[in-house]
Amino acid sequence: MAPNDAPAKSVTFSEAAMTLLFIAFAAFAGFVASRAHTPAYAFHAALFALGSIVAVFALLKRYELRDAEAPAPFIDGRPNYNYGPIRFCALAALFWGVAGFAVGLYIALELAFPAFNLDLPWINFGRLRPLHTSAVIFAFGGNVLLATSFYVVQRTCRTRLAGDLAPWFVVLGYNFFILIAGTGYLLGVTRGHEYAEPEWYAILWLVVVWVVYLIVFLATLAKREEPHIYVANWFFLAFIVTVAVLVLGNNTEIPISVFSPRSVIVWAGVQDAMIQWWYGHNAVGFFLTAGFLGIMYYFVPKRAERPIYSYRLSIVHFWALIFLYIWAGPHHLHYTALPDWAQTLGMTFSIMLWMPSWGGMINGLMTLSGAWDRLRTDPVLRMLVVSVAFYGMSTFEGPLMSVKAVNALSHYTDWGIGHVHSGSLGWVGFVSFGALYCLIPWVFGRKLYSLKLVDWHFWIATIGIVFYISAMWVAGIMQGLMWRAYTPQGFLEYSFIETTEALHPEYVIRAAGGGLFLIGALIMVYNIYKTLRAPAAASATEFSPLPAPAQ
Amino acid sequence: MSDIARNAPTGGLQKRLETNSILLLLAILLLVSIGGIIEIVPLFYLHNTIEKVEGVRPYSPLELSGYNIYVREGCYTCHSQMIRPLRDEVERYGHYSLAAESMYDHPFQWGSKRNGPDLARVGGRYSNDWQRDHLRDPRSVVPASIMPGYPFLAQTPLDAEHIVEQMKTLRLVGVPYSDAQIDNAKADLSAQSAPDDPGAEALRRRYPNVVVNDQTGRNGVTEEDALIAYLQHLGVSVNFKLYDDKAAVNVR
Repeated sequence: MAPNDAPAKSVTFSEAAMTLLFIAFAAFAGFVASRAHTPAYAFHAALFALGSIVAVFALLKRYELRDAEAPAPFIDGRPNYNYGPIRFCALAALFWGVAGFAVGLYIALELAFPAFNLDLPWINFGRLRPLHTSAVIFAFGGNVLLATSFYVVQRTCRTRLAGDLAPWFVVLGYNFFILIAGTGYLLGVTRGHEYAEPEWYAILWLVVVWVVYLIVFLATLAKREEPHIYVANWFFLAFIVTVAVLVLGNNTEIPISVFSPRSVIVWAGVQDAMIQWWYGHNAVGFFLTAGFLGIMYYFVPKRAERPIYSYRLSIVHFWALIFLYIWAGPHHLHYTALPDWAQTLGMTFSIMLWMPSWGGMINGLMTLSGAWDRLRTDPVLRMLVVSVAFYGMSTFEGPLMSVKAVNALSHYTDWGIGHVHSGSLGWVGFVSFGALYCLIPWVFGRKLYSLKLVDWHFWIATIGIVFYISAMWVAGIMQGLMWRAYTPQGFLEYSFIETTEALHPEYVIRAAGGGLFLIGALIMVYNIYKTLRAPAAASATEFSPLPAPAQ
Repeated sequence: MSDIARNAPTGGLQKRLETNSILLLLAILLLVSIGGIIEIVPLFYLHNTIEKVEGVRPYSPLELSGYNIYVREGCYTCHSQMIRPLRDEVERYGHYSLAAESMYDHPFQWGSKRNGPDLARVGGRYSNDWQRDHLRDPRSVVPASIMPGYPFLAQTPLDAEHIVEQMKTLRLVGVPYSDAQIDNAKADLSAQSAPDDPGAEALRRRYPNVVVNDQTGRNGVTEEDALIAYLQHLGVSVNFKLYDDKAAVNVR
């Protein structure tokens, strides 16, 4: 240390404020833990206290290690991009992805062979299924979205990410939320709303994290060096804002006590159902679609080295998509006690939604015009393109299933499970893998270890998806038809349990498909591990992202 | 960025939106609000979504405890509670579900997938004994069942210490618990948990149709007792003989 050479280091306002807030929060959480109604809640309050204490130490350590001056916004006229939080999220996404896929495989085995439930509370299907859905959607998908949105917004605005501690607060706070939510499911803490199971205190924490995320994103947009906001950022912004609205609407609840994990939602019955599926369908629409379309609009053209096919199409596609998606929720409630007019609106808008969805698909696919030959040589680009093809397929299947006559057959069956997995494994999974295969070498300044292994990942996972969705189509349509089958005498032909028995082979095939998808992800983890073990390239920003053309 | 974007607009509304992040944010908020408002708000005012139907009552304390366990174990991930007005469903499960039948469910338990059968009208279909055997080892009564076993429920004493706080919060959001129901919650809970409790008559007055537990286990009141009390209450509130139940059935 040479204090005379450098300007004196001083504590910034945000460092001081965050340290004090975390100390106060640790004390409060410790107090709540001591008077908690249930052991699970005491455990969570203690986790909050522990997390706050770790945060205080991290702040002190960071102060000790950092330079006296804030990072320069530009170095040699080039933006000094902030990659730290992105690196963390990219690796966290891999971890949560493998965990979420593994839990998915396990619950698939539970349905095929119920002995896997082991008669235990913590791992029965009812508790693990929310763990699976949350781990893949919010933990894997969420970290992919955080990593890519923070990367894309910096690169397309040619400016450093806004804030110093704030981006770290967002990524660490979000992963802490995942930890609370996931352990809560295993311990039986749940709100009982699909894809919205975390209880009130986890949601309060998430809201704080999410507001900071929105502020960081907006502040980065505000200091951009480009006159226009690039189309990928429209999608990211729509994703961040709308998810905030949805979460607030679907979590209008009153805790029965600050010492209890339990809350009572204000809505009940039919109103609660409508709000839940307004939330649920648009979690698909804005979390799993808009956010990942943001990824498509950056990574496909970057990887293909071609500009986006049509600027005009992206405008129409964006505004039409976000306007129409919101209406589609009631198609989850066909023939229920929801009024007919609402069901009809949901169906109508779901069918209209087909158009902007395919507009997006066409825009993504046609970006490759002139570069189609690259699909032979670049498995990462192939993964991105196939993801867009899966997007097209499941956004055709969705409107089809929203037609009431079709839904009467498909609802409550495995057809729905197959549909979400063609979207989530094929579209969200592949576009995420493709983006991570680009992003991790870029932000770590290394060359991807093996394209051959990406090729293996691609094919094994693709075969897994095909197994999965075909098994679920057969299972769903078969069970739907068996439920409504009548004997010539006019009696119901099958008891419920006979329809369950008929599904066994399909459930085994589905588990095999899920297993293949997991193997693909493990190959990816190995590939990334070998990538990171290699010495860093000379300069992270100079590093060329693209593979050399094949011979 | 110029390598991936082209044809930036030269004027008009789109140019203003994509050069001003706050305008863009507001435009997104406006567009995504419309559909939700139109579909959700009327549900709080329309007759057929808010009508009260005779017989539907709030859950008794023991049923409410069972409902909590139903939610906790994620039963809704495999069982729906919403019978659609389709011929096969009405014949298999009973009268199609009315909105009023779940009006006190915070949260609703309509479900979205039937790995097991619909439970909207399972109340009274099976005896308490059958339910016990089935929960402890589903394959002992339904050999091909894929349901997890829940033997631990029978060994776990029910923790209903905070049920009054939950009932009070439910009253806050519109569930019509009377003062008597709240004041006597603990008494009602024990009256429903054991046969021949002196409080049974008062319990029946406060909660018509209530099914009282028919045996006392070695572990006192268990989570299993509560869950069964809840299951036995599902779909039994409305006397459909008083209604024209052919009205909306979609006879295909």
